[in-house]
Amino acid sequence: MVDDVFDEVGLKVEDLHASYGAVEVLRGLNFEVAAKGVSVILGANGAGKTTTLRAICNMCSTSGKVTLGEEDITRTGTAEIVRRGVAHVPQGRGTFPELSTMDNLMIGAYTRKDGEVRDDVERWFEIFPRLAERQDQLAGSLSGGEQQMLAVARALMCRPRLLLLDEPSLGLAPLIIEDLFERFGTLNKETGLTMLIVEQNANLALEMADYGYVIESGEITLSGSADQLRNDPAVQEAYLGA
Amino acid sequence: MNWNFDVLPDFIFNGLSLGAIYGAVALSLVLIFKATTLINFATGELAMLGAFLVYVLHMEQGIWLWLSMAIAMGLSAGLGVLIERTLTRPFDPEDHLPVVLITLGLFLIINAVAGDIWNYQVRILTNPFGKFPDWVPSLGGDRYVEVLGSRLKYQSIGIWLTLALALFALSLILNKTKAGLAFRAVSSNVESARLVGVHTGRTLGFGWAIASAFGTLGAVLVAPQLGGVNPNMMATILIYALAGAALGGLDSQGGAVLGGILVGLIQAVLVTWGGVVVFGQLYMSILQLAAAFLIILIVLLFRPAGLFGTRRVERV
Repeated sequence: MVDDVFDEVGLKVEDLHASYGAVEVLRGLNFEVAAKGVSVILGANGAGKTTTLRAICNMCSTSGKVTLGEEDITRTGTAEIVRRGVAHVPQGRGTFPELSTMDNLMIGAYTRKDGEVRDDVERWFEIFPRLAERQDQLAGSLSGGEQQMLAVARALMCRPRLLLLDEPSLGLAPLIIEDLFERFGTLNKETGLTMLIVEQNANLALEMADYGYVIESGEITLSGSADQLRNDPAVQEAYLGA
Repeated sequence: MNWNFDVLPDFIFNGLSLGAIYGAVALSLVLIFKATTLINFATGELAMLGAFLVYVLHMEQGIWLWLSMAIAMGLSAGLGVLIERTLTRPFDPEDHLPVVLITLGLFLIINAVAGDIWNYQVRILTNPFGKFPDWVPSLGGDRYVEVLGSRLKYQSIGIWLTLALALFALSLILNKTKAGLAFRAVSSNVESARLVGVHTGRTLGFGWAIASAFGTLGAVLVAPQLGGVNPNMMATILIYALAGAALGGLDSQGGAVLGGILVGLIQAVLVTWGGVVVFGQLYMSILQLAAAFLIILIVLLFRPAGLFGTRRVERV
């Protein structure tokens, strides 16, 4: 179908269709995410960005093929996909508002059976000291930025191979967004965690990403390295406000 | 009108012990509602079936009462898991109507089957708190202590202690175990629970198990107050429990227990003054039932989330 663009493919999506009822949202997506790299999907509201991530995790009815590393996960249940190493931070953060910050992190490690869960919690508390201060508070009472930190930390508690981030900048103040993306960058460089980010904030996303795709009406219309996309006139006009 | 205050403590004690049982059944409702936003109308009948299991094990097979209760609670839990797996999981959780109809169907089927096996006459089931050592002061059949010039039955104290112990065990399970954490996660946000790898079906089955066991405990404790077990024993109690759950908040476990107790108290006050004095014995039970509906109506009108429930706010 598509030639592998990358030396090592973390995630490969082939002819992915998805629909809600009679409405077809994805119309045959083909794209790849480089292992240990950061890829970004740009697109306007309603283009199918969120659905793409949901389809990868088998959270809506889909057809096509999704391959994680060497494994075909097209028909694998959501919970099982998580067990295979995919962490998904959904739009609107998807924390557990009625659970404490600590419990949110502990449930993030639900799939793990090793004894290092507490160590990981401590590590995230070091990285996000605000979470440590608020560990006994209900997640629902945290600020937007804190909830986003919690959502990311919770997703990483399962020690994933692939992190899917759905509009992490949504609803956050610019300074917090910058801080957050910096942390994503550091995380990728330090741990080699593969990331697929879906964003409307193209400037920020392309700064961090190695490779990008543009999605329009459920189809990939453009792809290239982050530099290529940044210099593409169409991208500049539509997404970079040039 | 004769405002007779002397009998009030008696009725309050009674109200508190009946109310505690409504609370237990309400909790059974809320455990499932919070996770699925479904009212399980079969809650009462499942509890009744559990009480009959105790009847069979204890009265017919002669097994020690408390052991019979433990076995029956275990079997109820298993039945809850089975129902979740076979009758509710195949349906789209977003679409409530089929599952609500299924629980209503279960209500009718379990009631009919129980009626067929045991017929509808009341069968005596040993009161778990009916016998105390001889040194305990006694008057008539029930042992009691004197509080405020009234008799506080040992049975009431026994019911409170048993339910308090069960609540404590429940809170340990929910707050200190991994399965409990998963259940709280599913109750809080099903989709996110799936995204951390929780098998939501199995976890809901776990919730059904706890809820069914709790219901059975409630039914066994209430049986002596109804004269024994019979297939219709839980029908009105389910309505009081629903009133209690609505009053406390359908998504608040603590609220359900308190709501149930409050309904028991309101009932007691009605019996003391409204029922006996104003309306006469004949209309008493009708009035109590009407009060339950009135509570549900008032709560839904003025405070739909209940006293301790969270108001549902849709964030976009």
